[in-house]
Amino acid sequence: MQPIISISNLTKTYKSGHQALKRVDLDIRKGEIFALLGPNGAGKTTMISIICGIVNPSSGTVTADGHDIVRDFRAARTKIGLVPQELHTDSFETVMATVTFSRGLFGKAPHPAHIEKILKDLSLWEKRNTKIQELSGGMKRRVMIAKALSHEPQILFLDEPTAGVDVELRRDMWGLVRELRESGVTIILTTHYIEEAEEMADRIGVITKGELILVEDKSVLMQKLGRKTLTLNLSEPMTTIPAELGEWALTLKADGNELEYVFDTNAERTGIPSLLRRMSDLGIAFKDLNTRQSSLEEIFVNLVHTPAGEAS
Amino acid sequence: MMFNRHAVWSIYKFEIARFGRTILTSLLTPVITTSLYFIVFGSAIGSRMTEVGGVPYGAFIVPGLIMLSMFTESISNASFGIYMPKWAGTIYELLSAPVSPFETVVAYVGAAATKSLLLGLVIFATAHLFVDVQVAHPLLMLGFMVLIAATFCLFGFIIGIWAKSFEQLQVVPLLIVMPMTFLGGAFYSIDMLPAAWRTVALFNPIVYLISGFRWTFFGKGDVAIGISLAATCGFLAICLVIISWMFKTGYRLKN
Repeated sequence: MQPIISISNLTKTYKSGHQALKRVDLDIRKGEIFALLGPNGAGKTTMISIICGIVNPSSGTVTADGHDIVRDFRAARTKIGLVPQELHTDSFETVMATVTFSRGLFGKAPHPAHIEKILKDLSLWEKRNTKIQELSGGMKRRVMIAKALSHEPQILFLDEPTAGVDVELRRDMWGLVRELRESGVTIILTTHYIEEAEEMADRIGVITKGELILVEDKSVLMQKLGRKTLTLNLSEPMTTIPAELGEWALTLKADGNELEYVFDTNAERTGIPSLLRRMSDLGIAFKDLNTRQSSLEEIFVNLVHTPAGEAS
Repeated sequence: MMFNRHAVWSIYKFEIARFGRTILTSLLTPVITTSLYFIVFGSAIGSRMTEVGGVPYGAFIVPGLIMLSMFTESISNASFGIYMPKWAGTIYELLSAPVSPFETVVAYVGAAATKSLLLGLVIFATAHLFVDVQVAHPLLMLGFMVLIAATFCLFGFIIGIWAKSFEQLQVVPLLIVMPMTFLGGAFYSIDMLPAAWRTVALFNPIVYLISGFRWTFFGKGDVAIGISLAATCGFLAICLVIISWMFKTGYRLKN
């Protein structure tokens, strides 16, 4: 299937000399939710800004639904909706006016029923005649989403959509994103909240220092790079780890009541059976044991703190 | 989609609505200013200087007054129109929309020019309360007003993109255009100047614009109408070249 967005060899060097993107290649599949993760200044916003036409690329090409974003910008941009990270709104306009304006700007004929549906979906209908300057930050964020959806885009970019919003709005937003995906909209989101990506995304891309170091299905990623932690609740607390257990990287937790062992699920030998045997030989008893899969957050932190070559 | 008419119409309406929010000050200010000019220049000076080139002084200053307001208002309307989204950050939407530079300019400059034209007509009507002005070439007068409004709104649009602060936005209209208009024969004929100063005045492009507009009223000006039209069109062309360069390079619009 042809990708809905195809990025090839994309590079961006700002006038200051800062290289924000280094030869990035990425295909986004139609209908997926793609989460772009990366620390601050990694190049996430630059990448989105180039695709949307706000920043000029230094080199490389991008197509949206088969249309080159520079040569065929009209067709490409008509398909795209963007919710930027910052809250940029026209303070003196009403909610209704600003959302209607956005639809027109993207070349669509007025469609009051569609605008009404969006405003209702985003709980903005009651506020439709309110001036934006009178709205709270969370409400302004909703207005920006409404603007991005006003022209019925097929591709939606959400740049840090839930940064600084309350729990309720975040939950609403997740619901909305799922609904949009079900209606066939492709969603690309950047986020600081890893649990957001873990909860929502089909695929995950990790970008750091302008390089896309990894693109993977979320489930594969969690399985491939995930580590597990084995926790043993000891019958008798210990003060130091016996030298005989030195070949396993163990740590003592909970005032000597727990032994923790982190292991790689993909390794040929996890080392668990031999550890348990050795403990039995040494007469170290335990009351309980459990294992825990590492979260995407732990995977992410691991990735961006490892040199690019090693990570993939 | 060859021409994004929905976008042009949306921006045009947005801008007109912005003017609408300040309609009272926008239209009352020129009426009051014009009245003051007539009281000060028309009555005080006009009582001593009855005629300029066969035209009563009160009537003589009408084209200059209209031009003075249209120059400054066109620049400030158009520059604010594009500067505000830059300042507020809402420009992201315009840049990410399927709107060509041509459509952007038509919408923003068209809206600003509409307001300038209205303003010019209000001043013209106000002047009638004070003096009897006959227009020799009404259609040409209107045509000239449209041309001037469009040209100075384009110029304002350039300033709006160039400006990085509200202060810079004001610098050009207040420190350059306003003095040049006063020195450009808004309230006198450059024939009244000593020969040396007359030569200097001919380097002021505003002289040609005011002279041309005055020609449409009284059938005569400081310079031939053809030269005035050529100068105005030349200025318009320069503005268009600069704007197209700005969009092509993304100057102060895009990184």
